[in-house]
Amino acid sequence: MSDKKADAVEEPNTGQQKVEAEAVERRTSKSELLKYYEDMLLIRRFEEKAGQLYGMGLIAGFCHLYIGQEAVVVGMQGAIEEGDQVITGYRDHGHMLACGMDPKGVMAELTGRKDGYSKGKGGSMHMFSRDKQFFGGHGIVGAQVPIGAGLAFANRYKENDRVSLTYFGDGAANQGQVYEAFNMAELWALPVVFIIENNQYAMGTSVKRASSEVHLHKRGASFAIPGEEVDGMDVLAVRDAGRRAVYDARRGEGPTILEMKTYRYRGHSMSDPAKYRTREEVQGVREKSDPIEHAKRMLLAADWASEDELKELDKSVKAVCQEAAQFSQDSPEPDPEELYTDVLAEA
Amino acid sequence: MPAMTMVQSLNAAIDEALAGNDKVVAFGEDVGYFGGVFGVTRGLQEKYGLDRVFDAPINEAAIVAMGMGMAVNGLRPIAEIQFADYIFPGFDQVVSELSRIRYRSAGQYTAPLVIRTPCGGGIYGGQTHSMSPEAFFTHIPGVKVAMPSNPYDAKGMLLAAVEDDDPVIFFEPKRLYNGPFDGDPHKPATSWARHPRGEVPEGAYTVPLGVGEIVRPGSEVTVVAYGTMVHVANYAAEKTGVDAEVIDLRTLVPWDVDMVTASVKKTGRCVVLHEAPRTSGFGAELAAQIQEDCFYSLEAPVLRVTGWDTPYPHAHEWSYFPGPDRVGRALKQVMEG
Repeated sequence: MSDKKADAVEEPNTGQQKVEAEAVERRTSKSELLKYYEDMLLIRRFEEKAGQLYGMGLIAGFCHLYIGQEAVVVGMQGAIEEGDQVITGYRDHGHMLACGMDPKGVMAELTGRKDGYSKGKGGSMHMFSRDKQFFGGHGIVGAQVPIGAGLAFANRYKENDRVSLTYFGDGAANQGQVYEAFNMAELWALPVVFIIENNQYAMGTSVKRASSEVHLHKRGASFAIPGEEVDGMDVLAVRDAGRRAVYDARRGEGPTILEMKTYRYRGHSMSDPAKYRTREEVQGVREKSDPIEHAKRMLLAADWASEDELKELDKSVKAVCQEAAQFSQDSPEPDPEELYTDVLAEA
Repeated sequence: MPAMTMVQSLNAAIDEALAGNDKVVAFGEDVGYFGGVFGVTRGLQEKYGLDRVFDAPINEAAIVAMGMGMAVNGLRPIAEIQFADYIFPGFDQVVSELSRIRYRSAGQYTAPLVIRTPCGGGIYGGQTHSMSPEAFFTHIPGVKVAMPSNPYDAKGMLLAAVEDDDPVIFFEPKRLYNGPFDGDPHKPATSWARHPRGEVPEGAYTVPLGVGEIVRPGSEVTVVAYGTMVHVANYAAEKTGVDAEVIDLRTLVPWDVDMVTASVKKTGRCVVLHEAPRTSGFGAELAAQIQEDCFYSLEAPVLRVTGWDTPYPHAHEWSYFPGPDRVGRALKQVMEG
C-alpha cells in the first residue's frame, strides 16, 4: 500500500493514438471542433491565471483548479441544449465557463469582489447563474447530487423537456446520499445525467484506496441505472456519450451514469503538494493524454487550422483571461452592508 | 366554522396549498398512498394524483435535497420528515445547502421548501420519537423555524410557510395533533372541538410568520412558550393563581422580540419554557436577549423550565416533561425573586 507505483491508477485511454484526418472528419466538423478547442483552452488559461492570482495573494482561501479535466465539461456542454441545467461540486470554474458564464464575473468572485457572480459572498466553490441555469458550485462533497435530482424532478413535473447534468467526483461517489439520489432518480425516471469525474484522486486518496468497486460506472447497477465508462480526455468521446445519456433522459428513460476517466494535473487545491502520486505519473498523462493537445492534433490532421492560427487563438484566449484578471482586481470590494443581505428575503 | 383537530387543519392547509398553486407538491415517507403516519396527508393523493402527492423512500438526506432542488427550480414543495428525530440524515442538507443558497448566490436562487415534521413527547415515543430539535435549526442563519400550538394557527402558519420565499422548518407538536394537552397525563384527553382555537375557517388564510400572540394577558410575569408548552403555561398560571401573561411565540426564527420585550418591561419578570433539553436550548437565546433588552425592568432573574439534559426517556416520560407542577414552581419562584 505504501508503494506509490502500486497505487498508481489506470491511465486514461486517449494515449497518443494516431489521428487520421478521415476519422476526425467523420466525428466532427471544423466549427464544432474549433469551438471545443477554444472552450477547453479558455478553461486552461483561465485556471492558469487563477493559479497566478492565487500565488500573488489576490485570491484567498480555497481554489480547486480544473486543469486536465477540460474535455469533460466541454464535451458534455456539446451534448445539451440551451435551457438545460448544470450543477456540480467545488471544482467548478470549468463548468461555469463552459456554461457561458462571463470569465470576468467568475474571476471577480475568486478575488471576492463586488462584481463576482455571488458579490464575493460565495467564493471559488459557490457561484451561480440563473441566466445560464447554473446551480452551483457546492462545497460539501456529494451534497449537490440529490439536489441535481431534485432539479430534474421539477423539470419532469413542469414537463419542460429540460435535462439536468449533475457532476461529482470519484470521492463523492462514496457518499451515501449519492445512492439515495440514484434510487429516486431511477424510481421516478428523472431527466438527470450523473457524471462522475473520476480524476482518480479524492484529495490525496486514490480510488483504489477508497473504493471496493473502482469501476464507478457500475455503481448504478443495483438501481437499474445504466453506466458507461468514457474517455474523459477525448472531448468527442465525452460529447457522444453525453448525447446518448441526454437523449435517454430527455425522452423519459431516466438517468445514466457516465464515468469520465480523467485526471487533474494540479493539486487538489492550491495547498496540496501532491505527494500521493509521482511526478512521472502526472507527466505521463500530460504527455500522452492531454485533452487540449489531442484536440489540437485532430485540428491539424484535418487541416482545419494551422499551428499559427492556433497560436493566434491562444493569444486571444489569454487576452480574455488577462482582461478577467484585471477586472477582478479593479472591481471594488463588496459593500460592508452586503454581509447582512440575502440571508432571508428582505422584509 | 368547523371544529378541527390539528391533523385535520394541517390536512386542510396542504389541501388549500395544492388547490391554490400547481407548483405545490407534497411528499415524504408514507405521505402518498398511506396518507402519513399521523394522517396529515390522508386523501390528498387520491384528490391530487401521484405526481403531486407521493411517497419517498426512507432517505431523509435526499428528501431534503430533492425538495431543495425542486424549490430552486420553481416548485413549492412541502416535504414531510416522519418524526423530527429522523431529520438528522438530512441535517447536512439543511445546514450546508438549503439555508445558504440565497446568500451564496447573492439572491439569484431561493429555496422555498417547507419541511414539516412532528416533534415533542407525550406519547411514550422514547428516545427516537419524542425530540424537540428546534434549537439545532434556530442556530442556522437562512432558515425560518415555526411551531404552532393549535389547529387555527397550524393551518394559517403552514399556508404562510408555503407562500414564504425562504425555507421553513415547520415543527408540529404531535401531542397536540388530536387535542390540547396541558401537561397532566392523568386527566382524560380533551378535544379540540371544545377549544376556541379548534375552530378553523374554511378556505385559505395565513397567520404571518414572525408574529407571536399573547394568549393569556397578565400583569405579574411573562411566560414565553411555544408548541405544547403554551397549554402547560396556561394551566400552570391557572393552578398557581399567578397573573401570568402567556406569549405563544409561534415562530422561533424570526421571533417576535418586540412583543416579548414589551411584555417583560411591563411585568418585570419572565419564565421561558420548552420541552427540549436545557443546555443550549432555544430558551437560552430567549433569556439572553430578554436580559439584554429588559435588564433595567427585571425584578428577578429570567428562569427557564425545560426538559432535562438527558435523552428523552421512555418510562420516565412524565419526570422528563416540564409539566404544570414544574412550571408552577418557577412562576412562584420568579415572583419571590
